[in-house]
Amino acid sequence: MRFFTTFLVALRALRRNTMRSILTALGIIIGIGAVITTVSMGNGAKARVEAQVASLGQNIITVYPGSFSSGGMRGGFGSSTTLTAEDADAIMAEVADIEGVSPEVRDRNQVLANGLNWNTSINGESPDYPQIKNWRIVSGSMFTEQDVKSLAKVAIIGKTVADQLFPNEDPIGQTLRIRNLPFRILGVLDVKGYSLFGSDQDDVVIIPYTSHMRRVSRRTNISSILIEASSSEKLDVVKQRVEDLLAQRRKGREPDFTVRTQEELAQAATETSKTMTLLLGGIAFVSLVVGGIGVMNIMLVSVTERTREIGIRLAIGAHGKDVLLQFLIEAILLSLLGGVLGILCGIGASELASYYFGLPTLVSTTSVIIAVAVSTVIGIFFGFYPARKAAQLDPIDALRYE
Amino acid sequence: MAPVVQIQDIHKIYDSGEVPVHAVRGVSLDIHKGEFVALMGASGSGKSTLMNLLGALDRPTRGIYKLDGIDVSQLDKNELADIRNQKLGFVFQGFNLLARTTALENVELPMLYGRHRKVSSAEIRERAHYCLEIVGLAKRADHMPNQLSGGQQQRVAIARALVNQPQVLLADEPTGNLDSKTSVEVMGVFQKLNEQGITIVMVTHELDIAHYCKRNLILRDGVVVRDELVKDRLIAEHELGKLKQAEAAAKLTAAPAA
Ligand SMILES: Nc1ncnc2c1ncn2[C@@H]1O[C@H](COP(=O)(O)OP(=O)(O)O)[C@@H](O)[C@H]1O
Ligand SMILES: [Mg+2]
Repeated sequence: MRFFTTFLVALRALRRNTMRSILTALGIIIGIGAVITTVSMGNGAKARVEAQVASLGQNIITVYPGSFSSGGMRGGFGSSTTLTAEDADAIMAEVADIEGVSPEVRDRNQVLANGLNWNTSINGESPDYPQIKNWRIVSGSMFTEQDVKSLAKVAIIGKTVADQLFPNEDPIGQTLRIRNLPFRILGVLDVKGYSLFGSDQDDVVIIPYTSHMRRVSRRTNISSILIEASSSEKLDVVKQRVEDLLAQRRKGREPDFTVRTQEELAQAATETSKTMTLLLGGIAFVSLVVGGIGVMNIMLVSVTERTREIGIRLAIGAHGKDVLLQFLIEAILLSLLGGVLGILCGIGASELASYYFGLPTLVSTTSVIIAVAVSTVIGIFFGFYPARKAAQLDPIDALRYE
Repeated sequence: MAPVVQIQDIHKIYDSGEVPVHAVRGVSLDIHKGEFVALMGASGSGKSTLMNLLGALDRPTRGIYKLDGIDVSQLDKNELADIRNQKLGFVFQGFNLLARTTALENVELPMLYGRHRKVSSAEIRERAHYCLEIVGLAKRADHMPNQLSGGQQQRVAIARALVNQPQVLLADEPTGNLDSKTSVEVMGVFQKLNEQGITIVMVTHELDIAHYCKRNLILRDGVVVRDELVKDRLIAEHELGKLKQAEAAAKLTAAPAA
């Protein structure tokens, strides 16, 4: 029999059982839909991470205390915190092709102002900080080198802190208290949003790092050093020079610092979202296989139920091959139908997710193509056994079957 | 001219069960073109088994079966399927139409599996329609089997059996599920086809139905015990006429009494 007629026969058979066909396809619809949705959410998350990385500032190198193995995530504070402000000064003074350096000291503390109080990050930085981070000051101005030298009690604040402590007034010139010390607010930073790791970057108070070390946290070491290279081409050279310089300053002691470029950090972050995508995609794939087994189950039931039909076809001259092909095509059509509807559902679900949860999603053509291919393969794989069972029936037995 | 069906000492032994069943024990038979044969016998006498052998649905355990000159007993599964498709037409007791499939599509079915042919779907449709016309059901082409009476369903089945212009039309108890009047109607269709030269072999256990055929074979315990030509053959057209008159009379006599 010609392939086309077999195709028509299979199509007719499916149409005769529209409801059951749709229910059978449902397993595939859900499976493919889930795959498409998770993959597009993963893609979206990756795109957002990349955008956030770009917004963090360019050509940034960070020096962390302690020696880390590869992987790039920061360990806890205080492991071997031997990074000092002098290290930062040395880098500024001796390494070429640098735009700015900021020794960072980080802490969480209660701040009071205006009769209100708020627990926030208190970061000690240098005046280069806004420029390094590509972070504009929307009103007021940054503290100066002079403020750093004089351990001035001045601060600039993030938008969240401004909103919490000064809901109805201009914070510039006002005073906020950290550990009961009054700090004068010089400026307010632009909105930055959430970081790669999900924290609110606007929930911050920035003061000179010297003031932080001497007056607030009373420590002699710093949390990290932020460096901006003059161009992306210089990034690796600068990183190398910083490493060499710091090693030299430690005179043969075990290296107790790690230097990371922005790119390496970004990689670590995308790595996490990739793992998530893989995990969710794996779960979705399992549901796809379950859907395929559903197709097989229904096709087996269908073969038993339609034994007489098969008997008639065989009696009037169908070859086993024709019956095999018919049931195989039915299974493939069911899976493909499920695949196509699943793609539509997946796209719909991705849109809904991005609308309601503000999750970015990106439906990729590759995932759509793979989904169609996978559903065809499922049709062939799970359809073959029932189809072969039908093809091997004996016409007399099949006709006598009640 | 050589007979269309030629069987020599054919045997069929079923050995699937605990005891082998010798269902057909040495039947020899010639059926020539244009014959109209009724195969009769008690239940279990081997009628269906013999029909399955004639219909190339099953292979004999022993013996030779030549259909239209071809030795069918030697063919493999697919070759048998092709023989069934091109040289034979089947009518079953239970009609065996595809459910939820129109009469026309049911009749088209054997042509879908026709090999060695390049028939367009338009021609397939046309030929199916023509066969429905022959059995007088052209107007019901778009009906589903469950919208048709038993007699109409059996006529669709006959149209399906005809559609590939078979050498022999085989029918296993074609009137078994029908009332007597509808049975006569179906026999009328067979007689009409037979007049056009189609060879028919049918199984029946009803004596009066066998009287519409030209030749009667009686089977007992797997052997032919009688083979005779029918005298005083019934003509379906006349019998239907008589039935109509009787019905009309019944109404006439019933009317005043009411
Ligand atoms: N598939 C089978 N397996 C075993 N025995 C069978 C089978 N088909 C028929 N028979 C036996 O063969 C004999 C003839 O059966 P069958 O040809 O159906 O008779 P009929 O159609 O005249 O009633 C019976 O005894 C029946 O039980
Ligand atoms: Mg029987």
